[in-house]
Amino acid sequence: MFEMQPEVITAMKIRTFGRHIKESLKSLGRNGWMTFASVSAVTVTLLLVGVFVMIMMNLNKIADDLENDVEIKVFVSLDAEEEEIAELEEEISGLDGVESADFSTKEEELTDLVLDFGEELSLFEQSNPLFDVFYVKATEPQQTETVATEIAALEYIEDVEYGEGKIEKLFNFLNAGRNVGLILILALLFTAMFLISNTIRITIVARRTEIEIMKLVGATNWFVRVPFILEGMWLGILGSIIPIGLVVLLYQKITEFAQPRLSGELFQLLEFSPFIYQVSALILAMGVFIGIWGSFMSIRKFLRV
Amino acid sequence: MIQMKNVYKKYPNGIVALNGLNVEIAQGEFVYIVGPSGAGKSTFIKMMYREERPSSGQMLVDGKDIAKLKNRKVPFLRRDIGVVFQDFKLLPRLNVYENVAFALEVIEEKPQIIKERVMEVLDMVGLKHKAKMFPRELSGGEQQRVSIARSIVNTPKIMIADEPTGNLDPDTSWDIMNLFEQINSTGTTIIMATHNREIVNKLRHRVIAIEGGLIVRDAAGGDYGYED
Repeated sequence: MFEMQPEVITAMKIRTFGRHIKESLKSLGRNGWMTFASVSAVTVTLLLVGVFVMIMMNLNKIADDLENDVEIKVFVSLDAEEEEIAELEEEISGLDGVESADFSTKEEELTDLVLDFGEELSLFEQSNPLFDVFYVKATEPQQTETVATEIAALEYIEDVEYGEGKIEKLFNFLNAGRNVGLILILALLFTAMFLISNTIRITIVARRTEIEIMKLVGATNWFVRVPFILEGMWLGILGSIIPIGLVVLLYQKITEFAQPRLSGELFQLLEFSPFIYQVSALILAMGVFIGIWGSFMSIRKFLRV
Repeated sequence: MIQMKNVYKKYPNGIVALNGLNVEIAQGEFVYIVGPSGAGKSTFIKMMYREERPSSGQMLVDGKDIAKLKNRKVPFLRRDIGVVFQDFKLLPRLNVYENVAFALEVIEEKPQIIKERVMEVLDMVGLKHKAKMFPRELSGGEQQRVSIARSIVNTPKIMIADEPTGNLDPDTSWDIMNLFEQINSTGTTIIMATHNREIVNKLRHRVIAIEGGLIVRDAAGGDYGYED
């Protein structure tokens, strides 16, 4: 009597799985309005999440670009001879946290200026008022300030310049934005999950006798559970279609608009591909996750028959 | 086959439904469970297919203590026990054939076997010609026959019936009893809780009377013994 057959417990037969899929789809149709309500909730949530993620990822990219752009401009005093400059270069390169130090003579500096601001400046070629300069990059952008102070303490240094203050403010701003976005996303996900779990719960209440009978004739918990979980999954997938479509469209317009205007600037937006495909996959995965989790939570207590 | 040893059941609300009950039922027996309402009949019945668990004591089915059975193994116990209820418990959205087939789909039986078995039992309960009809189109007796067909479709060794004739008129009740006799004659143990004096007194079988959570009478071929 009731000898256990392990393969029956573990491997669900394909035929049975087909039955579960059919059942779950039928149930979507039967619960028309509830289905519509939870799909709408998921849609709104995922749309907001998608847009947030898009913004956050791009802000991150911009921050990265700007960070990598931060460099220290070191002015070498006029009384330094070639020998001292060579020594200085070694000293700076030897400092902790310095990634690179590029030397540029005052003549080269002037040529750059002329290139940027026009021929009139070539007048200065007779008596160049500029300094010889080192462009120093820190290994970690956050270390820029420390490195700059250390360099300023060296001999034959006239002055040291970097974007004091501004960089820190930018970083703080970006961090705050990131945190607020994250909290909002979590709250939205929670709401959607709650709504799905409610929908499923109502469909379960309606099918309570069915579950009871299933259990009485010897259905395993998984047999009862799977159709509901699949139903939740469909809700999630249906809910992610519109958000994915809109996010792709939106980003296409944004990149079309911004790409030509930003070329040659300090920062760029993320490329359309593969970024937007990753965002789409994320939206879909979230939809499936909240759907499955929502139904899982609501079915638990109905299985104790 | 079925053995209860000092089975005691106290519900969370404090009611003691079974008060140290001992009984033994052999394979192939036909047993009536009688007694006033609230005496513990339902709890007694529910113990057998593990809808309820004893608070203490042993509940042996085929030598195994099902009180200790893990929840996830309960479905496999139930596949060997057929249950029939007063309210039939049929699925209203499914037709007769589908209702019976359901019990086999749930245990993932092969479609070919399902078809054969379902037609076989529908034939046995005399409803082959109504296979396509829905429960609401059937009389109470017919519905109960469908539910009996469902309970025996996977050839259980034990059949448990909780007041199966409670909602039926006398004639129909006799039809149902004939079915039970037939099923019992194939060696299936039948345990039936009932309030039907006429049936118990006419179709003589072992009678177990429960009162206050205890067996007060246990007689082979006994009579109903209550004046309802």
